[in-house]
Amino acid sequence: MPNATTIALIPLLPLAGFILLGLFGRKYLKSSSGLIGTALLLTSTILALYTAYEYFFVYGKVDGVYQQFIPLQLTWLEFSKGVSIDMGLLLDPISVMMLVVVSFISLMVHIYSLGYMKGEERFATYYSFLGLFTFSMLGLVLASNIFQIYIFWELVGVSSFLLIGYYYDKPSAVAASKKAFIVTRFADLGFLIGILILSFSSGTLDFTTLIQRLTSPESNEVKTAVVSTFLGASALTWGAALVFIGGAGKSAMFPLHIWLPDAMEGPTPVSALIHAATMVVAGVYLVARLFPVFALTTPAVLEIIGWVGAISAIIAAVIACTQTDIKRVLAYSTMSQIGYMMFALGVSKYGGEAGLGYTASMFHLFTHAMFKALLFLGAGAVIHYIHSNDMRDMGGLRKYLPVTHITFLIACLAIAGVPPFAGFFSKEEILLAAYQNNMAIYWIALITSGLTAFYMFRLYFNIFWSKPHEVHGEKHGEGGFVMMLPLVLLAVGAAAAGFIPFGEFVSSDGKALVSHFHLEFSIAPVGLGLAGIFAALWLYKKQNDKPQKLAAALGGLYNAAYHKFYIDEIYFFITKKVLFNLIGRPAAWFDRNIVDGMVNLTGNTTQAVSEGIKKIQSGKVQQYAIYFLAGVIVLATLFIYVLR
Amino acid sequence: MIEPGLYHILFISAALFFLGIYGFLTRRNLITMLMSIELILNSVNLNFIAFNKYVWPDKMDGLFFTLFIIAIAAAEAAVAIAIIINLYRSHQSIDVENAEDLKY
Repeated sequence: MPNATTIALIPLLPLAGFILLGLFGRKYLKSSSGLIGTALLLTSTILALYTAYEYFFVYGKVDGVYQQFIPLQLTWLEFSKGVSIDMGLLLDPISVMMLVVVSFISLMVHIYSLGYMKGEERFATYYSFLGLFTFSMLGLVLASNIFQIYIFWELVGVSSFLLIGYYYDKPSAVAASKKAFIVTRFADLGFLIGILILSFSSGTLDFTTLIQRLTSPESNEVKTAVVSTFLGASALTWGAALVFIGGAGKSAMFPLHIWLPDAMEGPTPVSALIHAATMVVAGVYLVARLFPVFALTTPAVLEIIGWVGAISAIIAAVIACTQTDIKRVLAYSTMSQIGYMMFALGVSKYGGEAGLGYTASMFHLFTHAMFKALLFLGAGAVIHYIHSNDMRDMGGLRKYLPVTHITFLIACLAIAGVPPFAGFFSKEEILLAAYQNNMAIYWIALITSGLTAFYMFRLYFNIFWSKPHEVHGEKHGEGGFVMMLPLVLLAVGAAAAGFIPFGEFVSSDGKALVSHFHLEFSIAPVGLGLAGIFAALWLYKKQNDKPQKLAAALGGLYNAAYHKFYIDEIYFFITKKVLFNLIGRPAAWFDRNIVDGMVNLTGNTTQAVSEGIKKIQSGKVQQYAIYFLAGVIVLATLFIYVLR
Repeated sequence: MIEPGLYHILFISAALFFLGIYGFLTRRNLITMLMSIELILNSVNLNFIAFNKYVWPDKMDGLFFTLFIIAIAAAEAAVAIAIIINLYRSHQSIDVENAEDLKY
């Protein structure tokens, strides 16, 4: 059986790091804060790996089905008898898998930051924020009820906000952090309402009970919830759709993706940790967590999820082809890959062979975490070396950054889906799942995979080949052991993670799923991927004017993609012109004149009255005596003549 | 010669009372105001005595109250004079108009 203490320690150790470094870091532990944070996280990671081993190989499987365990359940907030919000730990295949991913990537980032952030003024603060983030993400993963997941969901949002705005003296970073917070918060409103609807109609917050009650069509809860409809959709459909809006906001799905590219203002290791490998997949995780509800009770919402994922995947891929900031290219690439995971869930069904999409989505989440963290950390090494984010400043770096070059290449091959790297296997499964269930999405996914290969190698050739690099003055080296170690470890992961028989461990119903490998099926995506790579090779290997000519030939499409399809501008128009003028201004007028007016009226009246009666208290004793006498006379008259 | 009755005494008492009130309201000197207060108190004393003598001759309550009031008036005079002396020390005057700033 699972050991509650061990599992509870996994999130609590980073929290301890946050409190310790947050309180004492800046004053007393300035130089050692990085090592303290890393050591705590190393312990966490070892515990997570141990838990994963125990779960998958020792006690998790009963009769060939992976079970859910709740080793710890505490009543946290009790409103009345029977109505309470609990804090618990939930172990099942996806939470254990996420435990490993989050703690491992976080550890890599901790180690990497020892070198990357060295000499920063707020070094200890940085590590305490990283600890807070890791704690909240691990708590989110382990949450045993839907309200707990919401609490940690918001905590994750806060730590993301803090880390994006880490360079708080940079206006663009401050704006980006605010944007990220507001956009995700806006989406979270949907999530909260969704939680309320789902828990109201199921009568519980607990995941296990909630799923149980909402998935059997005969249960009373489903029967009542289906009857109450709003705008032609049942309460359950609305609840599930609203929960998905929350997930879409956090996972940067179209059209709520606008915060993700801007979030790249944060330090690069943070982008690797939060905005590539862990936090942004929280939305996917949420959908996976409630997958039985989506698949069995509200298939319409699942259809929406599939299409949102597919549209995000292709739009982001097209935009990524035109950007020049390397971190933004990676950001759009992340969005595109998360789109893959989303539509893989969207085309999946519950149980057995038809649940391939679910397994594929989780598999892709796992492999994507490896190679996307690697890409970001590699980009970080490049930025560290060249002090610029723009790929036009780069070129010919392969001789100067050999380790980064090799690991970056491995990651590019992995994300492009070239066998035998990790991305190939997971993407293959996703495409197969799409092929079996929805041909339109399959075609979108196929085109996207070609584009993915193209823009990744455009990035790769622009950084490491293209024009020769001119060395200006004295240059430091690659960044030392602490920055190379995570790159190498992640490269091993990106190269080899695909060979894990993932279906054995993670499937929609807990039973092992044997994935079949179809050689003839993988010809199309791999061929397209290779075509993308060769197109990039032809265009970007040597500096030439072919890209400009191509851009000119594509004209409007290129421009639209370069400007991110003007989605930011549309948002701007809606918020600034429409919302501000139609709602903001009248509201401001009402506030200024009516609300403030009433307050001012009260104040002015009081002031006028007190101004008048102030004169009574003159300090003249004889005047007081006259008042007194007058009062006595009035009272005497009253008692003698009136109140007899 | 007419034997003085209750109404005569009440008339004197009322006259004394309003003289006191008048003095209290019009004088500016604190000592004079104090004296006016004594007049008011004494008019009350006269009332007590008169009612005791003419209405309930077999009772002593009026006398007791009178004695009480005399004692209290003595104490009050002591306190008031102490205040006036202090006021004089700080303001160099015992004019009531100069004491107006005590309201602050």
